[in-house]
Amino acid sequence: METRSATESGLIARILEGKKELFHELIRPYERMVYLTVFSIVKNETEAEDGAQETVINAYRHLASFRGDAKFSTWLTTIAINEGRKRLRKTKGAGEQSIEEQVEGHEGDYTPAPLTDWREIPLEALERKELRETLRVAVAELPDIYRQVFTLRDLEELNIEETAEALGITTGAVKVRLHRARMMLQKRLVSFLKTTAPTRKGFFGRAL
Amino acid sequence: MKLDCKHVWEHISEYIDNSVDAKLREDIERHLEHCEICSAILDSTRNILVLTADDRTFELPVGYSKRLHERLKEEIEKSKQEPPVGGPK
Repeated sequence: METRSATESGLIARILEGKKELFHELIRPYERMVYLTVFSIVKNETEAEDGAQETVINAYRHLASFRGDAKFSTWLTTIAINEGRKRLRKTKGAGEQSIEEQVEGHEGDYTPAPLTDWREIPLEALERKELRETLRVAVAELPDIYRQVFTLRDLEELNIEETAEALGITTGAVKVRLHRARMMLQKRLVSFLKTTAPTRKGFFGRAL
Repeated sequence: MKLDCKHVWEHISEYIDNSVDAKLREDIERHLEHCEICSAILDSTRNILVLTADDRTFELPVGYSKRLHERLKEEIEKSKQEPPVGGPK
């Protein structure tokens, strides 16, 4: 990680000195992250791709304003989030509750699905295409505030602090939302696996 | 302290992230040793995270990278006619 950030600051310095083409190299490790971040907000492939391009162009144009005290990845993620939110406002129009205003309530059931069959699910099950598809759909269907935290944390592997900083929320909120997101996904995927895994009775002799 | 299942579920996410304190970690592990249900929940949640991090799960549109760099190339060419990147306006 240290090596990457050292290489990165070197690259950034050279770009700012005029070696502009090096920006291609700087951005390459983050292309995927940028796309997925925008996608987690706009939930539409075309919009996400346009937004990702816009994010990268914006980052290029404003590179001089990047301060070395933040990580480049966090800075870039913030630009991607803003771009995604801007697009969402445009497509949804005024009157929609903005993402920033959504807060997690105390209602709702965020307990996992108890199931004993899991241990019998072979590792190969994770290789199944349908399972990946189901996970994609389940993530897309998470409420916005949960999906965004989940995407930054578990998909892009930002840490708790970076996720909080990028989304402009507290680390406490990150933890709560992440926990709920994971539990909601667990619940969704357990039922999927249960119907496709070899039939075996659960602990309680019936579907749980 | 002896934990009940519900208590373990509340901390499962932090447990996975290794952000529970040593005492709680120990209590959770002791509980997991004899509780199949919680062990299964832990395994399943971990599996979901493994699956999430798998690049094949969340794929990018075909040609995304190529189009991105083409657009960037145009922008870089354009900016060469201008003062240094992000320089004074």
